[in-house]
Amino acid sequence: MATETPVNVNIVGLAREVYKGLPTTLCAGCGHNSITNHLIKALYEYGVEPHRLAKMSGIGCSSKTPAYFVEQAHGFNGLHGRMPSAATGAKLANRELMVLGISGDGDTASIGLGQYCHMIRRNVDCTYLVENNGCYGLTKGQFSATADVGSTLKTGKVNELETIDVCGLAIELGATFVARSFSGDGKQLIPLLQAALSHRGTSIVDIISPCTTFNDHVGSTKSYAYVKEHDFMLHTPDFIHGSQEIVVDYEPGTVQDIEFEDGSHILLRKLDVAYDATDRSGALQTIHSARERGELVTGLLYSQSKIPDLCEREKLPQRPLAQLGEEDLRMPREAWDKLMAV
Amino acid sequence: MTQQRANDFTIRVATVNGSGSQSSNLVLTNAIFRLGIPAAPKNVFPSNIEGLPTWFDVRISPEGYQCRTRDVDILVALNAATWQTDVVGVKPGGTIVHEASYPIAGDTKRDDVTYYAVPFIEIGKKQIENGALRKYLVNMIYVGVLAQLLGIDAETIEAAVKTQFRSKPKAVETNMQAVRLGLDYAAEHLPKNDPYRLERMTGKTDGLMFMDGNRAAALGCLMGGCTVAAWYPITPSSSLCESFIGLCDTYRVDPDTGERNVAIVQAEDELAAAGMVFGAGWAGARAMTSTSGPGLSLMAEYAGYGYYAEIPGVIFDVQRAGPSTGLPTRNMQGDVAFAYQLSHGDTKHLVLMPATVQEAYEFGMESFDIAERFQTPVFVLSDLDLGMNSWMTPALPYPEKRFDRGKVLSADDLTRIGSWGRYRDVDGDGIPYRTLPGTKHSEAGYFTRGTGHDEEARYSELPEVFKRGLDRLVRKHETARSAMPQPILDEADHPVGIIAYGTTHHAVVEARERLGADGVQTDYLRVRALPFSAEVASFIGRHERVYVVEQNRDGQLYSLLRAELPTHIISRLHSIRHYNGVPIDAHAILDPLLEAERQPAVVAD
Repeated sequence: MATETPVNVNIVGLAREVYKGLPTTLCAGCGHNSITNHLIKALYEYGVEPHRLAKMSGIGCSSKTPAYFVEQAHGFNGLHGRMPSAATGAKLANRELMVLGISGDGDTASIGLGQYCHMIRRNVDCTYLVENNGCYGLTKGQFSATADVGSTLKTGKVNELETIDVCGLAIELGATFVARSFSGDGKQLIPLLQAALSHRGTSIVDIISPCTTFNDHVGSTKSYAYVKEHDFMLHTPDFIHGSQEIVVDYEPGTVQDIEFEDGSHILLRKLDVAYDATDRSGALQTIHSARERGELVTGLLYSQSKIPDLCEREKLPQRPLAQLGEEDLRMPREAWDKLMAV
Repeated sequence: MTQQRANDFTIRVATVNGSGSQSSNLVLTNAIFRLGIPAAPKNVFPSNIEGLPTWFDVRISPEGYQCRTRDVDILVALNAATWQTDVVGVKPGGTIVHEASYPIAGDTKRDDVTYYAVPFIEIGKKQIENGALRKYLVNMIYVGVLAQLLGIDAETIEAAVKTQFRSKPKAVETNMQAVRLGLDYAAEHLPKNDPYRLERMTGKTDGLMFMDGNRAAALGCLMGGCTVAAWYPITPSSSLCESFIGLCDTYRVDPDTGERNVAIVQAEDELAAAGMVFGAGWAGARAMTSTSGPGLSLMAEYAGYGYYAEIPGVIFDVQRAGPSTGLPTRNMQGDVAFAYQLSHGDTKHLVLMPATVQEAYEFGMESFDIAERFQTPVFVLSDLDLGMNSWMTPALPYPEKRFDRGKVLSADDLTRIGSWGRYRDVDGDGIPYRTLPGTKHSEAGYFTRGTGHDEEARYSELPEVFKRGLDRLVRKHETARSAMPQPILDEADHPVGIIAYGTTHHAVVEARERLGADGVQTDYLRVRALPFSAEVASFIGRHERVYVVEQNRDGQLYSLLRAELPTHIISRLHSIRHYNGVPIDAHAILDPLLEAERQPAVVAD
């Protein structure tokens, strides 16, 4: 009998088809659809088992996207801005789940800012994507809190309020993995997504994702044209899965190699400037100065491994809490009688 | 000296918050209890850490009444700020033990009470060497004074002190010294000149212990298999989660590995706490949060999600006086209607209403079975009186039932049945089947959402699909009606009935006895859960007039009864309400009820 593995399956033996979802209901040309496609590729290549994946989201255009990939997986399309708390509960209940949260800029930076911050502080082991278009699409184009000062709505209205930089904020709060990318740059985004999945702890990936309907005009700083023109890439990332051997040769000093808890690596190939993705204050400095120049800095901004995640800090057993029964959870009758005898 | 009064009076201790009087109060209560005499302590405290007035009442009655009484027979006055009003509040014939330096003049000079002046401050200064502890130990002197005056023997007091300081044996002797100062002073300087005394009783307190409802509820969570708890500190519910933490530190830790079979998270707010509960419930854990009114307001969003997406979760609401911040340290049954319908849109939740410590434990435990059986939020409505006061209770029974995890399909089940839909009503009881994330089967996954969905959990805006979903939720609610804890009835064909729930029960018990003595015999139904059991309508149908007693201004349960029961019986209902923040007493029931009964023709609402 032939033992040849079919060529069109990944390391867990699944076809790429399995990673697809329902057809999108978002607008044609929406950056979110590109992200979905990149995510499908990233999950397929990474070899995520669908039954272990928990797709979680809040409310808004971005939060619809969990329906558009890995249809077999469980999904939780929750409340506006409140996905981090549900993700926290789900992870505590079953730490074997790979929690993938998909949020937007309104969901994350306005209504859900509190939960976003506290998820990061707790270092809940999950991957949290911000599909960031600087506006509220589903309610027809109002500014969100990630809109840059001076950027305009379609109507010409100018945003005068300071922007909330979800990456800078995350690093400030002690996030252990923070990356930024662009929906139109799969080459950069896919390895960052895979690294985010590998990282143990909260992985933030802020993805600028133009809204073709409401925020893709001259005057917007989240348009395709603006982002392409002002994208300041820190490095070229390559992801090496833990099951693979690192065979890439590189000149010393040209690549930063970051290893994750599961044995995977991300190789950050140096471009114009030297950048150390493990330097917290350097990362903040870089974000600030790029913003001052009107540029969008992309790449792996910051990563720190071996920080205990919430489940470790809670000293949870490997066996999911959801699977524990009476014999694990109830004290024996003798102990109870002793307790009641006081 | 008037006729002797043994074992039937109320002691009020007036002190300043933060002065450590709670230990003395509990020693006194425990000593009385050790004499075999039923005691019911109530702490009336301010929303404050230090400096404001606080009162501790111990009701002593041979009948074992657990409710508050308005009468103060013995006042221990240790707060200058409330000295005047405290004295005025003492019943004629009463006794006042007071700090000797307080002036007796004007309002505080009464000729119908007995005064015992004790120089607490001076004794403390001269005879308590430990300056740091003096403030606290002075309170222990009053225990000695009362022991001497009321006839509690030194051995009993010592046993009570040992119980109180069982975790700090060194403190026993220090505190006993202070008690002896009081005993000696009273023996030497205070000739007995009042009718109150304590006499050892038998058969009234056998097998009983003191416990507060929050601890009992925490024990329910422990034995009910709660593995995820998320909370935000709020009075009067904080001690529920704190008790749970304490219990888990002992009973959920593997001594060899240090691993814990529980995750307890202090959330950033109550909404996040609810989110963690429903996230955990969705993923298959038994999860709970505990809160009070203001927190419940924040949780409304997730309560609606849990109801519509059908996710188990338990919410303990230890009610306090509202609206808004209200009186954070005072009592009310103010959240009944709100909790029952918590969310926008049409929502009807399952609600448990414990009245006793034992029910706080049993419902605390059962709430997880009910939540998983019905895949929905379950509210356990306790209140400050039950949650934070100590009550005499029988030892809580070890659970005999196994967990009911509800309709959960495993990978094998899915293979066997071939096809399933998350929101199909396969069994006709309105309760669908679910799978848990992590189930290794290609058909296991589904999309949980708060948006409109069909039987297969697919998004749908179709009118008939949306209506069908809401109607099935009603069927599920109807199934729950008979599965929830049923009412407790005490009935003997009297024309007058009383309906009450929660801690109001204890005042009803006393009111009914007094009403009976006044010639008004009553039947009684105690509601223990929402939705209403069919038994409630049937009870009302068997009575001419039914008084619905509760501790809120708007007659919330009364209004729910009027909204949900057949029109031909609701005219029999009359509402009695108590809402000043202190726990209800018997007079708040029997006075209006007697008045109404004496004029049955004009009884109307």
